[in-house]
Amino acid sequence: MRKSATFKLLTLGSVAVLALSGCTASGNGGGMLDKLGDPEKTVSLLGWPGYAEDGSTDPAYDWVTPFEKDTGCDVTFKPYGTSDEAISLFKTGEYDAIAASGDATLRLIAAGDVQPLNTSLLENYGGVYDFLKGRDFNTVDGKTYGVPHGYGANLLMYNTEVVKPAPTSWSVVFDGSSEYKGKVTAYDSPIYIADAALYLMTHSPELGITNPYALDETQLAAAVDLLKAQRVNVGEYWSDYLKAIQSFDTGDTVVGTTWQVIKNYLAADTPAAVVLPEEGATGWSDSWMVSSKAKSPNCAYMWLDYIISPKANAAATEYFGEAPATPDACQYASEGFCETYNAGDTEFESKIWYWTTPIEKCLDGRTDVKCTDYAKWTTAWQEVKG
Amino acid sequence: MKLDSVAKAEVELQPSFAHRVSTLLYSKPKLRLRLLLSAPVTWLGLVYIAALLALLVTAFFTVDSFTGEIKAGFSLQNFQDLFTNALYSTVTLRTIGIALAVTLFDIMLALPIAFFMAKVASNRVRGILVISILMPLWASYLVKAYAWRSVLSNEGIFAWLLRPIGLDTPGYSLLGATITLSYLWLPYVILPIYASLERVPNNLLEASSDLGAKTFTTIRKVVFPLALPGIVAGSIFSFSLTLGDYITINIVGGANQMLGNLVYSNVGVANNLPLAAAIALVPVLIMFGYLSAVRKTGALDNL
Repeated sequence: MRKSATFKLLTLGSVAVLALSGCTASGNGGGMLDKLGDPEKTVSLLGWPGYAEDGSTDPAYDWVTPFEKDTGCDVTFKPYGTSDEAISLFKTGEYDAIAASGDATLRLIAAGDVQPLNTSLLENYGGVYDFLKGRDFNTVDGKTYGVPHGYGANLLMYNTEVVKPAPTSWSVVFDGSSEYKGKVTAYDSPIYIADAALYLMTHSPELGITNPYALDETQLAAAVDLLKAQRVNVGEYWSDYLKAIQSFDTGDTVVGTTWQVIKNYLAADTPAAVVLPEEGATGWSDSWMVSSKAKSPNCAYMWLDYIISPKANAAATEYFGEAPATPDACQYASEGFCETYNAGDTEFESKIWYWTTPIEKCLDGRTDVKCTDYAKWTTAWQEVKG
Repeated sequence: MKLDSVAKAEVELQPSFAHRVSTLLYSKPKLRLRLLLSAPVTWLGLVYIAALLALLVTAFFTVDSFTGEIKAGFSLQNFQDLFTNALYSTVTLRTIGIALAVTLFDIMLALPIAFFMAKVASNRVRGILVISILMPLWASYLVKAYAWRSVLSNEGIFAWLLRPIGLDTPGYSLLGATITLSYLWLPYVILPIYASLERVPNNLLEASSDLGAKTFTTIRKVVFPLALPGIVAGSIFSFSLTLGDYITINIVGGANQMLGNLVYSNVGVANNLPLAAAIALVPVLIMFGYLSAVRKTGALDNL
């Protein structure tokens, strides 16, 4: 009787201490995991479609099941369509980890939604390309918040039977879009304004745009005018990639911006091709980050470590159609994959304008003007759609 | 034995708590009524009225564009944007236009069907018709909208039917969205019109024809006025449901936006809840105006 009471007290005491230490760890905001504990049985992930395939789309693509078997962490995965959607979903606190692009990472870090990472707990982090580490979209104040997943460009897709000759420039969806009136598509997000700005960098040099995410009022107005002219010829905008696949399959859309994964999902008899146009492209470099409210931080760390392991990284990035985060992935990917996506080619990589959040302080270093921030871009985008 | 039963009888003489409560309620009918109504009235107050008030209050707040935090305070900025920016008036007019078109289209379809069901069809046929009208309501709204996406597509049934006669599918456009919305809300328009026509005695139609009225005159002078309350009730459904829609237009409306899309993108994309609240008040106000106009005609009394 007496013994069990003491035991109860002891248990209560240790629970209280644990709870308190838990509080301080999350309370100071800089709470970083010191060492990995036992896996929690489940882990909830949020990412771009195709980032965590468990074989249910296509039995040939499955890199989630081996992870579940090895670690005992059951994975639930929720795909999202735009970075804005990702942020509102992640803010619910339902997810342990997120794969976010550069236009979302800084917003998540600033809002305290993600925790700094202890990279010494990630065995495979050493193998990641150095040029992807310590970038402004995954590192703040010397603290690493994200491990790179892969990187790539927003490509131009066209129906090879309708769109002739094969386009090599974005002009087919901007100045020349009237030829395919009603069959043009574009990405439904304010960040698409950067695609117009990128086009203007080459075709209207007098505007002086040097970074598509650093636009002053005049430059933004020019991009908006270009998009308004495009709007007349747009059949529909897409943010749901399934919608994009379907309208390409039925021929309701014949040309527009796309991701490699959409091309991969098209029906076998759909005549389509993708190209990286001569103006270059906007693109993304995605980071896996752990929620500051993670219920399964250990499983989340294990997933982060797993997704940058050469074999899993090769499977995931080849499936989505982007360059892997680690050179070692190339030996597991199919022949020529790393060459096609210019993996590790720093010169090619420097030509991609990675998505990033536009802010008032011009990202191109100009100090004589104020740039337009994301809120202005959002309003502008609504006006473009009308 | 005997003592026991005496004790029992004494216990029974003491009124139990439940008994006392029931006596009290019996003698005070007003208290009884208040208690009965308190639960549903609390629900109505909290869920309906309070939510609407919260919406109204939020519309005066602002958002700090840098941190994304909502700043509570009084500002007319959102309403100034709403009235001065051409975007909002264009989208409001477009939304009202679609809602009116859907309502008219639905009434035109629903009147003959409802009349046939109420006055012409045999009991058996009427039963089958009621079931087939209600049947689509059992399927999910999204499934039906996506079904229309394939019907309207470049390779869909419309294209297949209409191309041989030189026409084409409306595609993903305002017309496509109007057709889809009309389909979605049709049962809600047919049923009230059917209910109001069913109450019209057959001998009124006979009397009209005995007095020499032609079919069209009978419809205009007898059937239509009697069906009017049902038509108005149906139009309230189709009009208000269309005003708030943002999913159908997204799936089959091509690049077009309605008021609902502006609300949605201000919540999801722009993270500007106060502006979303201000925009959301527009359909509320339109519906308020519509209902008060309808009330003046006296049609609401007949619902």
